[in-house]
Amino acid sequence: MKPPAFVYHRPGSVAEAVETLAELGADGKVLAGGQSLVPVLNMRLAAPAALVDINRLGAELAFVETTADRVRVGALARHAQTERDEAAFAALPLLRQATRHVAHQTIRNRGTTVGSIVHADPAAELPAVLMLCDGTMELASAGGTRSVLVADFFLGPLESSLSYGELALAATFSLPPPRTGSAWVEVSRRAGDYALCGLGLTVSLDEDGRISRARAAYISVGPTPVLVDLTDAVAGQAHDAADWSAAGALAAGKVDPDEDIHATADYRRHLVGVLTSRAGRAASAHAAKAADR
Amino acid sequence: MSEPTHEVKLTVNGVPHSVSVPARRLLSDCLRHDVGLTGTHVGCEHGVCGACTVLLDGEPVRSCLLFAVTVDGQSVTTMEGCRSAEGGLGPVQRAFMECHGLQCGFCTPGFVTTITAFLRDNSDPTEEEAREAIGGNLCRCTGYQNIVASVLRAAEILREGAVE
Ligand SMILES: Cc1cc2nc3c(=O)[nH]c(=O)nc-3n(C[C@H](O)[C@H](O)[C@H](O)COP(=O)(O)OP(=O)(O)OC[C@H]3O[C@@H](n4cnc5c(N)ncnc54)[C@H](O)[C@@H]3O)c2cc1C
Ligand code: FES
Ligand code: FES
Repeated sequence: MKPPAFVYHRPGSVAEAVETLAELGADGKVLAGGQSLVPVLNMRLAAPAALVDINRLGAELAFVETTADRVRVGALARHAQTERDEAAFAALPLLRQATRHVAHQTIRNRGTTVGSIVHADPAAELPAVLMLCDGTMELASAGGTRSVLVADFFLGPLESSLSYGELALAATFSLPPPRTGSAWVEVSRRAGDYALCGLGLTVSLDEDGRISRARAAYISVGPTPVLVDLTDAVAGQAHDAADWSAAGALAAGKVDPDEDIHATADYRRHLVGVLTSRAGRAASAHAAKAADR
Repeated sequence: MSEPTHEVKLTVNGVPHSVSVPARRLLSDCLRHDVGLTGTHVGCEHGVCGACTVLLDGEPVRSCLLFAVTVDGQSVTTMEGCRSAEGGLGPVQRAFMECHGLQCGFCTPGFVTTITAFLRDNSDPTEEEAREAIGGNLCRCTGYQNIVASVLRAAEILREGAVE
């Protein structure tokens, strides 16, 4: 179908964008990559009165910045830019590991990392990565800029704490401690589809190669990504001989998935268990490699 | 009440075009109806099927998920732009013909544009890379085997061309 009519704004700077959004209030909606918004418009599931197109703000917002303690991704960095960024990959491999599972390359050429976080789809990968990395969102409005911790950002399916009149400027992912490995694992019906269940998992090792911390963030099994601390199940165990099935059982007890046309709730819970083991083994091997470096 | 329109300049397959369209005009519709190039096919209009894939400044994108006004000033390559310089079949099109990579042809424009960009970046792909490259395009006819063969054959044709 065709999208409904809207008034189009194309600001040339962040300052102008924020001013326009302030004027529009509840009538305005940001257009970033459009890879979630335009399907919604084409299906006529939403009809915003005005769109504020931020695609001309590349000079200010198309960055992926890596420093000693974080990776900061600007609102106009496409998934493809985030995925390819070598400095970000070296510092935080999980970002590339997860982004590769976002749709297909063609969609990633246009969709943005920040847009996918703001969109807050419980089946999306990046919100879970932000959770696992204790991230923050930078939101700008006419009143100034505020930082929102990831724990306060996701309110429900497709609902974040971004208010009318606000523009998300960047997402910041904190870097894990040394000797940390990560993995992203998911099951979807076809490659590139939204996952039936998926997770990012990080494992940190102590100096003797024993697990000191393990955490995972799950998608498609709750209204927002579900963060589970798995440390209790595997702490002190050797990185290559840990009881990941115990971690899987622990996680399966913490999620409350819904049933839909793609999968039953039981099947999704089963996947949480199985995929936790898979991701745990992969992330510990990755951590052992990181420890060797 | 008539809808306000925007002047949009696009370079399509190297030819400059200027069109006057409402903000909600999808790039796919702009190419087909305003520019008059019907090689770009429209299947699902929500980004899933890949039939509408075109190259935007050289990179594959879904033209059904872009407003023409958003890409004002940019360059677009469509199926028509994948012909050979002399006007006959281009290398990817030739490979599709030789390998029976199409039946009804509805999906073909999206494959041809996607594969054209892919082979520009990877001139000697493995079969697995070829499969991954076309993973975002749906075909209801061929069963894909012949399309994978077409990707590999097109790579061969392009490499032969580069040697000549
Ligand atoms: C076929 C298909 C398959 C897909 N599969 C996956 C998948 O497997 N996993 C996945 O995670 N995603 C998937 N996506 C979605 C894709 O990742 C999108 O890129 C992403 O969800 C939204 O990013 P965007 O830049 O396109 O945002 P848009 O579509 O432009 O915007 C989405 C929403 O966020 C708001 N918004 C965006 N940026 C800002 C900002 N800077 N400030 C304030 N508000 C903002 C918009 O107003 C809108 O409400 C898929 C999309 C398609 C079409
Ligand atoms: S018509 Fe654009 S992806 Fe199907
Ligand atoms: S040839 Fe008919 S859909 Fe692909």
